[in-house]
Amino acid sequence: MTCAEFLALLDDLIDDSVSVGMRAELQEHLRGCEHCVVTLNTTRKTIEIYRSHEIYDLPAGLRERLHKAIMDRCKKGC
Amino acid sequence: MATIQPIAGELEPHPDVALVERVRGGDVSAYDTLVRKYDRQIFRIAQHITQNREDAEDVMQDAFLKAYEKLDQFQGNSKFYTWLVRIAVNESLMRLRKRRTGKMVSIDEDVETEEGSVPRDLADWAPDPEQNYSQSELAEILRKTIQGLPPGFRVVFALRDVEGLSTEETAETLGLSIPAVKSRLLRARLQLRERLSRYFRRKKGGEK
Repeated sequence: MTCAEFLALLDDLIDDSVSVGMRAELQEHLRGCEHCVVTLNTTRKTIEIYRSHEIYDLPAGLRERLHKAIMDRCKKGC
Repeated sequence: MATIQPIAGELEPHPDVALVERVRGGDVSAYDTLVRKYDRQIFRIAQHITQNREDAEDVMQDAFLKAYEKLDQFQGNSKFYTWLVRIAVNESLMRLRKRRTGKMVSIDEDVETEEGSVPRDLADWAPDPEQNYSQSELAEILRKTIQGLPPGFRVVFALRDVEGLSTEETAETLGLSIPAVKSRLLRARLQLRERLSRYFRRKKGGEK
């Protein structure tokens, strides 16, 4: 397996949607390719960091203001 | 708006369906529950697409109001949440187009870029690299990094990886094919990875 072939299946590997046979092939490639190990680990970490950090928070005051505006309009039938 | 397709294999009605039924029956307080359940996600998605706080506030209000007005069109064979996200995505794209008059803003166009598709930065990252930054510094890095992605990549990454929609739900929400979602997701992930490497790569001996 080449690095390009590995990369094409990277998402399937990360999302755990590869067959047992394909997973074994990917693991075999990883055993001999440090670059792809780094790409896999850092891509996983990228997703994890974006998932676990709130970068667009909705402050309580703003949330209540928007919420009230929405519900006031709904109660009037929009 | 295209017809929402049934989700294969989903036999049990989603708990939101009961809330929607109560709203349809005139119980506005049930809508209050739905708004509180999903307002943060809708605000976040709007921010991801518009990259503008005022626009995100407007999108959040407009999306919930539009969903309320159109509740009769919600068919109940799709999740209320993905139906709501679709409305919010459309509202967000409209706002983005207004701000970028004359510039093409579409999630349908296939973005021609090879960036990130062949990883160039192959340095490993420091263990727990986010620990080297304060919360506010880290949030700024993550915002700046995702802002640089084309809108069509950004929205797929946000829905799929941040909000946790499935590939099928993301495709349905955006009106894209599943291969298009997969292709954009891979490129978005690789581009973000490449850009974050500048901040998170393992420093050479002596560097701080």
